Amino acid sequence: MKRFSAFALLREALRGHADWPPYWRTPEPKSSYDIVIIGGGGHGLATAYYLAKEHGIRNVAVLERGWLGGGNTGRNTTIVRSNYLWEESAALYEHALQLFETLSEALNINVMLSQRGVLNLAHTPGDVREAIRRVHANRLNGIDAEWLDARQVKEFCPIVNVSPDVRYPVLGATLQRRAGVARHDAVAWGYARAADALGVDIIQGCEVTGFDISANRVRGVRTKKGTIAAGRVGIVAAGHNSVLAAMAGVRLPLQSHPLQALVSEPVKPVHNCVVMSNAVHVYVSQSDKGELVMGAGIDAYNSYSQRGSFHVIEHQMAACLELFPIFSRLRMMRSWGGIVDVCPDASPIIGPLPVEGLYMNGGWGTGGFKATPGSGHVFAWTLAKGEPHPLARPFGLARFASGALIDEHGAAAVAH
Amino acid sequence: MLLIRCPWCGPCDETEFRYGGEAHVARPREAQSLDDAAWAEYLFMRNNPRGWFRERWVHAAGCRRWFNVERHTVTHEIRLTYSGTRVDPMSELDRAPSPNSK
Repeated sequence: MKRFSAFALLREALRGHADWPPYWRTPEPKSSYDIVIIGGGGHGLATAYYLAKEHGIRNVAVLERGWLGGGNTGRNTTIVRSNYLWEESAALYEHALQLFETLSEALNINVMLSQRGVLNLAHTPGDVREAIRRVHANRLNGIDAEWLDARQVKEFCPIVNVSPDVRYPVLGATLQRRAGVARHDAVAWGYARAADALGVDIIQGCEVTGFDISANRVRGVRTKKGTIAAGRVGIVAAGHNSVLAAMAGVRLPLQSHPLQALVSEPVKPVHNCVVMSNAVHVYVSQSDKGELVMGAGIDAYNSYSQRGSFHVIEHQMAACLELFPIFSRLRMMRSWGGIVDVCPDASPIIGPLPVEGLYMNGGWGTGGFKATPGSGHVFAWTLAKGEPHPLARPFGLARFASGALIDEHGAAAVAH
Repeated sequence: MLLIRCPWCGPCDETEFRYGGEAHVARPREAQSLDDAAWAEYLFMRNNPRGWFRERWVHAAGCRRWFNVERHTVTHEIRLTYSGTRVDPMSELDRAPSPNSK
């Protein structure tokens, strides 16, 4: 791996940038790996990286049906935060945020983490109670959280409309100052580049079509490029987790929905933080290119189509204009949808499946990007040792029978 | 945007309807005798196919009646709507997929 540095940049600039090597190799699959990871998004690539880096397991393949980071990793609104309600989630998402804080150094790539602060607005007395409860819960778990009243919200984010004369006035907001945004593509590319340098085979255009299972133990995966034997297999396929699990005869409590987002034309810096609102429903930040990045709630129906219905966008725009009248003449450039696998309690499923040797890391629903480093880190531990990482243990499939659900519909902040 | 044909009101815009998830998930008759795994199966486990899917909708801004729809989760094509009281509709449809289906 050719390391990035100011010196390397200068040297390559003098050579006309002709000698930069590709970030990763394009290997053909071997006939056998210690661990096969299905899904070349951020979570799968992070898993592969930590397997090689922290557990010394380098005979690993990441199989990606399309292209690397082309699913939800490249389609999200790039928000990073850890202000979840319950102890289990707080620990997991905070683990991820702390890894994010040193990720650029660890991967030798600029993931452009910008801890500009995330506001979660409250619009009703019920919202206010819920938000203040969450601030206290966060602080008890060592996560930075503050409650701002409407005047303080206006100071922190001058363009937000805090007039009392709107249908859902802003009564206040929670603020996590360490939260913000990161460059989603750089996270995927950085993990891929670092994992590849440690010997991980990243195989794109390799769709999994089934599993070899005998005596209730997974022996390998069948793919469009042939059968690959595997000691352990991790399913990290986001919206398609149910489809893959069904190939192994496993039923999951997941439903796949489209989640839409859109960006405006680029404008000069106008929005200095991230604003999220559950009640009127929109979340908005400004990218480094100047586009306003906005996310919607999920479409109600199940779908694998990576597109949603227009009325969802309409609703989201109405919410945006109520909060930010300044955007009323802004043109929207692009909208798109990703397929998110939503769990009944809005928390992920991490751990072993009923088939021996088969594991999953999914159900991240509408908020997986922020968890990418932590998710990969605990899942690599889980795959390497064959038992759940302590932070992942509460997130096993068994919680649906035991009833120990981790209800994060409030903190997930995206309507579903 | 979906155009959904309500069995009683005819084709209407998706915004008139609310979604009810997978159809034909019957409540167990002897719920009190189930173990935790069987109850979880009823409560939480769902089919989530990439393909034809039978699901429930309610015409919330119309006749307010529930009914079932068979819709393709990739193309969004709807090939059947039927009253929610029918237990197993036209199983032969499974053997004759639409030309648009994958």
